[in-house]
Amino acid sequence: MKVLGYIIQKEFLQIIRNKALLPMMTVLPIIQLIVLSNAATNEVKNVNLVIVDLDQSEQSRLLNSKITANERFSLIATPFSTKEALTYLQANKSDVILEIPRGFEKDFRRGEQPKIQLLVNAINGQQATVGSGYLSSIIHGFNAELIRQTLPEMSGSQVTVSTRNWYNPELNYSHFMAPGILAELTALLTIVLSAMNVVREREIGTIEQINVTPIKKWQFILGKLIPFLCIGLFILVVGIAASKIIFDIPIRGSLLLIFGYAIFNLIAVLGLGLLISNFADTQQQAIFIAFFFIIIFILMCGLFTPIESMPKWAQILTIPNPLAQFISVSRKVLMKGSGFWDIRYEFFYTVMLALVFNSLAIWSYKKQG
Amino acid sequence: MLKIFWAFVIKEFYHILRDKRTLLILFGIPVALVLLFGYTVTNEFKGAQMDVLDYARNASSMELIGHMQSSGHFRLRKLLASEHELEDGFKEGSTKLVMVIPKDFAADLYGKHPFTIQLLADGSDPNNANTLEQYATSMIKTFQRTRLQAGNIAQAITIESRMLYNPQLISAYNFIPGTIGLILLIISAMLTSLTIAKEKETGTMEILLVSPLSPMLIILGKVTPYALLAFIDAVLVLVLGYFVFDVPIIGNLVLLLLSCLLYVITCLALGTLISTVSKTQQDAMMRSLIGLMMPSLILSGFLFPATSMPVILQWISKVIPATYFIEILKGVMLRGVGLRFIALEVLVLLVMTAVFLIMAWKNFKIRLE
Repeated sequence: MKVLGYIIQKEFLQIIRNKALLPMMTVLPIIQLIVLSNAATNEVKNVNLVIVDLDQSEQSRLLNSKITANERFSLIATPFSTKEALTYLQANKSDVILEIPRGFEKDFRRGEQPKIQLLVNAINGQQATVGSGYLSSIIHGFNAELIRQTLPEMSGSQVTVSTRNWYNPELNYSHFMAPGILAELTALLTIVLSAMNVVREREIGTIEQINVTPIKKWQFILGKLIPFLCIGLFILVVGIAASKIIFDIPIRGSLLLIFGYAIFNLIAVLGLGLLISNFADTQQQAIFIAFFFIIIFILMCGLFTPIESMPKWAQILTIPNPLAQFISVSRKVLMKGSGFWDIRYEFFYTVMLALVFNSLAIWSYKKQG
Repeated sequence: MLKIFWAFVIKEFYHILRDKRTLLILFGIPVALVLLFGYTVTNEFKGAQMDVLDYARNASSMELIGHMQSSGHFRLRKLLASEHELEDGFKEGSTKLVMVIPKDFAADLYGKHPFTIQLLADGSDPNNANTLEQYATSMIKTFQRTRLQAGNIAQAITIESRMLYNPQLISAYNFIPGTIGLILLIISAMLTSLTIAKEKETGTMEILLVSPLSPMLIILGKVTPYALLAFIDAVLVLVLGYFVFDVPIIGNLVLLLLSCLLYVITCLALGTLISTVSKTQQDAMMRSLIGLMMPSLILSGFLFPATSMPVILQWISKVIPATYFIEILKGVMLRGVGLRFIALEVLVLLVMTAVFLIMAWKNFKIRLE
């Protein structure tokens, strides 16, 4: 036990001596929190529109003004040929082209199925669908109004769809992103620090000095693990405090549950970091392997793109992703006030991961060079 | 001089090629990332679980529920018996959307009274909630319209939407260019910043500096092999995108490769700049993680459209090289544009490269401290 205490003391000294670490642990989470919660939105707030009005009638002008009055659409240009309009699409200056063909008003008056064409830049499929959906619903609204005015007997009943968002009625992004970013940052920093740690000793050569001492393998790993666990918990405290103060995120569940879970999660993440560290020869290798995992963890954790959208096999792959589990837990507990029973699966998986990674880390650490 | 320089470049090549693990990282990681993300990173959703509270319980409401499931976007999880059960699915985390159908649903669809269908979404994930509501609303409207069109109104406008550049709305079209931009950034910027920082950390930089080669040539010699390797990576990723994900290359291939080369050089210049200001590998790693990786991931338009962000973040996104490169890739690969359309982006990358190089040169210290 005494030996373990000395290793922990040594690690803490090395960490405290590192000047760059403290600002990284305090300033970075706050900056990320602010930037991410503002940037990470899939909402389509602005659609650049080009209107080709070949009809130039009263109705087409009415439709034009109806669309441009909507703040979601910015009118870029109104050329007189589709060909010219297409150059705007090619140059990525516009997202959608609305083409009103010649004889649009005449078709309406005669009842000959008036037509309108939308040309959509569909490289981003989700944006294209939503953007053209907005436009279609404006046009249909315009159409229904006209029909009601001219042919009152033909119109059907109006559907209204009312939407309500539970747990976060104003769809406040920072409330959503903050718990996720907290989990992401904590995992990120701890995995990087731990992955570089053992390898650094190996590169500098100090590991051989440790190897000749009577320190046991598990003491060594544990001695590396505990200081980083403290750092991780510290980041979590700073992060939760910052997001409470800056964004006033709700804390509906028990903080004790979050921290209790976080300890297991951090142990799992640190185990992976130490495992990487054991397998790498140089810091460069360790960084790249750690990076490989970090990017996969981040992009497949449900923070940016929903896990439900992934194919089945990829959804299964998110189970050994400690970040995905952490984010799921922090969202459930902080925002929905879920209790232990609601996060039992996450808890179970995380404990399993912690066991697997750490026993592998102890097993793969070789005292002989 | 040139001969010594080549000898130096060859020495660096040996360094890299001898190190099997780094080589594996250099080529294995990009391939793994592209494959993984091509399949999993998508902001579309499929089979989102939906609960329905159906007060009407008649043929029309059943038809609506069937219609909602027809596109594959929604899947019915449970028909709720009463409003007490509304929250159960949300708490558990499996239900994303609840649709409440009013009692007089069928009667009113043909009548004149407006009626309201209520959608309840899990707002703890605002992005998802938003997208789901948009899709669900438009599907309900379509349902009503097809019902009305059974009554055949000749004045109803038909909207013909054409999805250009990506008719099947495949999300890989949007994400492959972004992934290429990200991977090249990681490989070229991070790897170079680390190699130079490593020479500093281990003290071998001093040995190099006393050699007859000028400092600029030393840096150039260290960077050249990585430029070549990163370029090979770029080609590899393009080939993968083309054959595995069917992402077309409509534009000029030579133009595409040249812009990849330009971007690689920009990233290398950036990496050199980072290495001149950092003392240790850990330092360089943290700088490139915070200064490069995160901003490029979030603000470059890879995951989220820049146009929906606050103005300040839009400005920041304009100083990120990846923003321009992804724009070039989308233009040349998917929209098939020529140099005329991407001239601005190319120019910006050129200027950025020059600025980074000058800054690196100014910061480079050849004396010991």
